Amino acid sequence: MLQTISILLENKPGALLRVTGLLSARGYNIESLTVARIIDPELSRMTITVDVEDRLRGQVIKQMNKLVNVLQATDLTDAPAVIREMVLLRVRCLQENRTAVLKEAEIFQARVVDSSTEGFAIEATGDPAKLDEFIAVMGSYGEIEVTRSGGVAMSLEGKKLRLQPPVQAAVPQTVF
Amino acid sequence: MQAPELQTNSAKNIETGKLPELGKLMSGAEMLLECLAREGVDCFFGYPGGVTIPFYDAMVDHHIRHILVRHEENACFAAEGYSKSTGKVGVCCATSGPGATNLVTGLVDAMMDSIPIVAITGQVHSKLIGSDAFQEADTFGITRPATKHNFMVKTLAELPRIVHEAFYLAASGRPGPVLVDIPKDVFQARGHYTPVDTIHLPGYKVFTEGHAGQIRRAAQLVWEAQKPLIYAGGGIIAANASAELTEFAEISDSPAVCTLMGLGGLSSSHPNYISMPGMHGSYAANMSLTECDLLIALGVRFDDRVTGQLQSFARHARVIHVDIDPAEIGKNRIPDIPIVGDVKRVLQKLNKLVAELKPEFGDVHREARVQWWSKVRAWKEERPYDRPRAENEIKPQHLMDEIDRLSGGQAIVCSDVGQHQMWAAQLIRFNEPRLWINSGGLGSMGFGVPSAMGAQMARPDKLVFAICGDGGFQMSIPELATIASHGLPVKIIVMNNGFLGMVRQWQTLFYNNRLSAVQLDCFPDAEKLASAYGFRGRTIDKPWQLTQALQEAIDEPGPYLLNVKVTPFENVYPMVPAGGAIQDMVFGPVEPVAVA
Repeated sequence: MLQTISILLENKPGALLRVTGLLSARGYNIESLTVARIIDPELSRMTITVDVEDRLRGQVIKQMNKLVNVLQATDLTDAPAVIREMVLLRVRCLQENRTAVLKEAEIFQARVVDSSTEGFAIEATGDPAKLDEFIAVMGSYGEIEVTRSGGVAMSLEGKKLRLQPPVQAAVPQTVF
Repeated sequence: MQAPELQTNSAKNIETGKLPELGKLMSGAEMLLECLAREGVDCFFGYPGGVTIPFYDAMVDHHIRHILVRHEENACFAAEGYSKSTGKVGVCCATSGPGATNLVTGLVDAMMDSIPIVAITGQVHSKLIGSDAFQEADTFGITRPATKHNFMVKTLAELPRIVHEAFYLAASGRPGPVLVDIPKDVFQARGHYTPVDTIHLPGYKVFTEGHAGQIRRAAQLVWEAQKPLIYAGGGIIAANASAELTEFAEISDSPAVCTLMGLGGLSSSHPNYISMPGMHGSYAANMSLTECDLLIALGVRFDDRVTGQLQSFARHARVIHVDIDPAEIGKNRIPDIPIVGDVKRVLQKLNKLVAELKPEFGDVHREARVQWWSKVRAWKEERPYDRPRAENEIKPQHLMDEIDRLSGGQAIVCSDVGQHQMWAAQLIRFNEPRLWINSGGLGSMGFGVPSAMGAQMARPDKLVFAICGDGGFQMSIPELATIASHGLPVKIIVMNNGFLGMVRQWQTLFYNNRLSAVQLDCFPDAEKLASAYGFRGRTIDKPWQLTQALQEAIDEPGPYLLNVKVTPFENVYPMVPAGGAIQDMVFGPVEPVAVA
């Protein structure tokens, strides 16, 4: 089943690789992944949709939380959250269908970003399932080309972020 | 020589608002040595190469000892032996490219067995990274899944902080290997060294204390149980919780099994100790696991070599699982009481509560506990480990028995991987923690000799055996030079059966005895081999030579290579076929079973 994971991680080289490596090492296929900086430039927020067996979902979150660069990994699959995605779509349509295509775009609250004699380039955002519908509808008018952003998610729960405070360096931690 | 670089991490002190005083001007290589010294490193293992020359140059004037090994993989194994025998962080060092890739097996080994290691690798000049320069490899990428965490140092300014972070990460929480990759120009750059006093890793979470409520519930369960059993693992050794474990076994009146990684956690001579459980564990240990009604799992990970078929493992038992790694809890077995914490801290609290509850509840199941103990003792007597002897040839078990007798539970035993490892684990006693050193999780052949080297370096006072098979020994022959040049009095005992015994055992039992690529038909003359390196060696093949030959090896002030030719076709029993339930043990030769 598809699992949606939201990860707050340090904006450091290799941090992305650690998260994706953890999934690929277990043979999980990543369906979508988005990552970008948040207000604090040292941190990024990542949203991953990944196909994981149900009984292993908890284990994946625990393993992610173990990564030193990961501040918090949260499973949003069954939690209250909003997930939005963006799609850029080019549709080639016959002259007589142009008005119909524009009408459909309007229904999905999509924006036309380019228009040519061949057809339109359209931008749409929304719930991933809604975008599936939009793409299917557009596909019925002619040949289409699609770029999807992958979902970006935000939890609606107030989950407390527990971070480790600074520790003293070179304390003989090593000699117990 | 590079232009002096300004120390950018010497930022204003948050509390005083003052700029720190400029420290001593030194090179990156010198700073690294300074940081190692501050971390208490007295010696480390490595092999130089092009890009680490500046580091090796700085060593000339430094007190930290560098032990030159003969292969980088062995540098990491030696660091593991050093770490396992002392509890300190082991350090190893290799150059870029092939040096770094040769370390990988050792890093994964340390990862699987949770051994704190800091590995330092050189990297090509930062301007050349990504250009396929000579001896360039993506060490950072290659070692990411092989380490607990890894770093690439980009500037001299961040070097001291990263080194201290590496040591902190390696030793704290669930220990593991941490790698620091340092480009040549960072070794060479010069800057002002300011000691790092705090490190901040906001995303690194360590839970040591354990949930008070869960610990209380665990204490209650201990007295509710009629048939409790302690299942102790490598976590006990890593946390130095041996004394707490012993106390717990005694006050809770529970028998205990120690896993391959946990041997010596509870003294092998302790009356509550049963033995090792699992695939080659004892009948008593496996039956106790199957029949117990409370399993107190301490610093273990329910490994497949212990549990066998998971559904039937300790199937009547409620489970208390204490581990410092939250990801281990519920990974293979869902516990009734999960406790995330340092097993030492948790046991201290648990012992207190168990003792407090004892006057009130200690006698509730007195009758049942007495019966349980008599059952455990009966299992022990019913089927102890086989200790066969032969008149004209040395049985491998005979060899281990003799080593056990001479060690008296006091010697450090570093084992390689295979049949001899299992016999050694079964038959040699360990009366203290940190005496048994082996590659448990990864099962890396060639571990025995280099880890013994590291252990002997760390514990010069101790008698150190390296017990190897003839296969694993031949993977570590180059290190005889290291042993000889440092005069390390390691006693290398080769259990030589002329086969890759464990693979052959599986071919015999599960592949219709079709032996394939397991015969090792050319073994060097041990006496000549040892004398070629300037120390003594001997080959024996008769049982009456055994005691005297081992004694001679022990009495020798320097290293000794003893090649013991044993019965070739002896197999390790009991054995639980892979995937089988652990109570379904095989105790002796069976008809070969074909695998579909």
